[in-house]
Amino acid sequence: MSEPLVTTELIRSHGLTGDEYGRIVQLLGREPNYTELGIFSVMWSEHCSYKSSRVHLRRLPTTGDCVLQGPGENAGVVDIGGGLAAAFKIESHNHPSFIEPYQGAATGIGGILRDVFTMGARPLAAMNSLHFGPLSAGDDASAEERATVARNRSIMAGVVKGIGDYGNAFGVPTIGGEVRFAECYSRNPLVNAFTLGLMRTEHILYGRATGVGNPVIYVGAKTGRDGIHGATMASEEFGEEAGSKRPTVQVGDPFLEKLLLEACLEAMRAGAIVGIQDMGAAGLTSSSCEMGSRAGNGVEIDIDLVPQREAGMTPYEIMLSESQERMLIVAVKGREREVVDIFKKWELDAVVIGRVTGDDHLRVKKNGAIVADISNKALTDAAPVYDRAIKRPERGPLTEVTQVESSLEEVDATFMRIVAQPAIAAKEWVYRQYDHMVRTNTVVLPGSDAAVIRIKEKRRLLAMTLDSNARYCRVDPRAGARLVVAEACRNLVASGARPLALTNCLNFASPERPEVMWQFSEVIDGMAEACEVFGTPVTGGNVSFYNETEGRGIDPTPVIGMVGLVEESRHITTQWFKAEDRAIVLLGFTADDLGASCYALEMLGVADGRVPQLDLALERRVQEACLKIIQAGLVESAHDCSDGGLAVAIAESCFSSYRRDVIGCEVDLEGQLSAAALLFSETPSRIVLSALEGNINQILQLAREHEVAASVIGRTRGERLVINVNGERAIDHPVAEVESAWRIVLPRLLEIPSLVAAEEK
Amino acid sequence: MKFGVVMFPGSNCDHDTYHVISKVIGQPVDFIWHRQSAVADCDAVILPGGFSYGDYLRTGAIARFSPVMGAVKEFASRGGLVMGICNGFQILCEAGLLPGALLRNKNLKFICDHVNIRVEATDTPFTNRCQRNQVLSVPIAHGDGNYFCDEQTLAELQRENRILFRYSDADGRITAEANPNGSLDNIAGICNRERNVLGMMPHPERASEQQLGSSDGRIIFYSVADTLAELAKAS
Repeated sequence: MSEPLVTTELIRSHGLTGDEYGRIVQLLGREPNYTELGIFSVMWSEHCSYKSSRVHLRRLPTTGDCVLQGPGENAGVVDIGGGLAAAFKIESHNHPSFIEPYQGAATGIGGILRDVFTMGARPLAAMNSLHFGPLSAGDDASAEERATVARNRSIMAGVVKGIGDYGNAFGVPTIGGEVRFAECYSRNPLVNAFTLGLMRTEHILYGRATGVGNPVIYVGAKTGRDGIHGATMASEEFGEEAGSKRPTVQVGDPFLEKLLLEACLEAMRAGAIVGIQDMGAAGLTSSSCEMGSRAGNGVEIDIDLVPQREAGMTPYEIMLSESQERMLIVAVKGREREVVDIFKKWELDAVVIGRVTGDDHLRVKKNGAIVADISNKALTDAAPVYDRAIKRPERGPLTEVTQVESSLEEVDATFMRIVAQPAIAAKEWVYRQYDHMVRTNTVVLPGSDAAVIRIKEKRRLLAMTLDSNARYCRVDPRAGARLVVAEACRNLVASGARPLALTNCLNFASPERPEVMWQFSEVIDGMAEACEVFGTPVTGGNVSFYNETEGRGIDPTPVIGMVGLVEESRHITTQWFKAEDRAIVLLGFTADDLGASCYALEMLGVADGRVPQLDLALERRVQEACLKIIQAGLVESAHDCSDGGLAVAIAESCFSSYRRDVIGCEVDLEGQLSAAALLFSETPSRIVLSALEGNINQILQLAREHEVAASVIGRTRGERLVINVNGERAIDHPVAEVESAWRIVLPRLLEIPSLVAAEEK
Repeated sequence: MKFGVVMFPGSNCDHDTYHVISKVIGQPVDFIWHRQSAVADCDAVILPGGFSYGDYLRTGAIARFSPVMGAVKEFASRGGLVMGICNGFQILCEAGLLPGALLRNKNLKFICDHVNIRVEATDTPFTNRCQRNQVLSVPIAHGDGNYFCDEQTLAELQRENRILFRYSDADGRITAEANPNGSLDNIAGICNRERNVLGMMPHPERASEQQLGSSDGRIIFYSVADTLAELAKAS
């Protein structure tokens, strides 16, 4: 079989620059052949090599008392006490989800699940951060805008179904996350998938090919031609021909993945495995050379032995295939039979395809002849690192966002509009499609500030949250990143947890644009500052660049997945008021922070203006006070103030939840600020608490001790949501009316097929 | 007395069910591998929820051919207690141990939510601890839970009092709004004529500990345990 000649055109079509090719020749000491060119192109792609982000990522704090494994492995691992460790990570599947929403999202879930169980942990919880284009257009929208909206709806429906079908069948509960909307995601939807798994600390396993002579075993699905160059696709912006890239999206099989999980865990616990890695992006190539590189060893593979789904595949295709549900295992020499038998029990292929060698080379053989021979270090550590140009974008003065309404009636109407913003509205339509209870650990179901799972037979529980805010990051990436980290911590604290560590998914446009690299650099710095203050190291994550279609890129969208520890179940606190005649306390104070808010978006049509001012030291004190108050058993509910401000936080606390009817309240807000600012300001460092009257003095005392403002702002009572501003009635509705306006938004936008069909025409 | 929980490839509520039987109900329990052709010394067999064999063809359609199903059928024919939860119910219908079929949910979507079910009959080994018309809050999590059967079968189920659970509101009213998936006659669970085989879509094992929001479902497992204890005493 003749292979294509390595020409300038071929090099370019592999996404490699002339300089990069020169470097390859230098590292090899010769010209690469076709297979080697393919291997270099995927390993040196942005997606695998982090070549544009590495210089910046180094600035993130990655160590801490609880960190057992930081960045660089398949997932980060933290010690959660009691001999247990949690492995967790977030990863993007943005590009595939735009091309083929259902399979793109499904295989994103599959990939992150494998990343976690390769560490030796059983996946116990999943969450997703989803960003889509708007789901509705104004009455005067053009045909094109209507078509965009229709497509956004179908992308969202496909993504949600893909996540559900994969996670549900696999048997991992999807317990939370976020769904956000903005114009820039119309052609660049973001699908970031998070998974957390649990294991005993002594069971941690690494992706390392240790032990020269150890067998390399291929397990799981057979290799097909699907997904070839998926990693390269994820490292490019899209043009108009995005649809033609559909064949590079893989197809997922959650059933096979479930068998793979059970078989892998069984083989791991038997002690027959020394290293394991998912064949994710760049498939067999990345798993073999990364495992070799981490151990300082080589890996030799006989390509003829790789289980193949179709005949006549070339070494190039086999090495680059991204067929799903496959793993590469390095087993203990002499225990091959045992491993194969365990996989056979689960009706899976397990084939010895090679061995660990002592010479640092990835060597691929076919019919006894060497078809690729590359130093693992050349593919990994020696991959190019770019310190790309950075340029702060020119920008005019920021819009000053002030109250638009001229009466309190109008303010009330604004409140009802903000509650119905898709980003704020109920996400039930989404999470009802996810099994969020399987494995019977979900103690706090989706809908509150953070999800909480128990650890069976342990006192401790785990809380987790996913947060982002591109509205803020767009205006001020550094401040935005700080605010996002602060909010993630606040969500955990309000749920009764102490934040431990985080994983991040950094979604950006093209790194080749200096303005984008500036955003990236700023986000890293902001995130690093906040992580230092909260003592929450970054244990790994993912960078997704090139979220750009036809020249339009996304706003910088760093997503944080934060994990925290709840000492005991009585500390678990949800956001909902629990009873009438309770005092409502605001921890923290409201400032004039309408800029870049949901209010600005609603009233100005664009979330412009200065982002909320965050004092990290104050934020930390507020969180410490809140956690002390919760742990002392003084409150019945706690809810973070974020999107939509205090008014939205109070309304959400009133809404009904499982086995709990609505609870109304009457709140009095006072101050020099405008009514709009008092109600909708997105000042951080605020938490709404509710408590028995008798506990108020202690709560206020604890707040004082932490030098944190705190005041009683109202009482729970009746079935109406009443908020007065400086003695005058500003908001007054039956809670049920507000709640139904909030609940109906997504079903109305996503469940009327005739409307969607009409718009597609 | 011993419970057995069948593990099909793709079962994913097997561990949850095992946990409830052993830790909440406090009874001995073993897993039964799908390749086993006997249910060994088990006195009650549970087919748990999940996606057996991926459920790619049709829910439960492949699992019915599993070696263990021959043993389950034989066990049931001897009067052994068999309980199918969610995917287990689907498998029992496919295997012909229960009549009818479970179609796609009416809204064509997977639904995970807490629902209320009303106990319709208490003269079974699965509900003998319940009160008639008692309302239980138990979650569902399925894409295919829309129970369907022909008119004659429905009439038979009604006449023989074999509908054990129906979807209701919190006050026990059987309404269309309380029916989450379009099931015929709001059917959430039925038994066979001999009353020793139960199939139900809701997951009682997910509602057996107050920490998870509801412990209403454990009464079903307690009923089975009581029945087995009585049988043991009698023999």
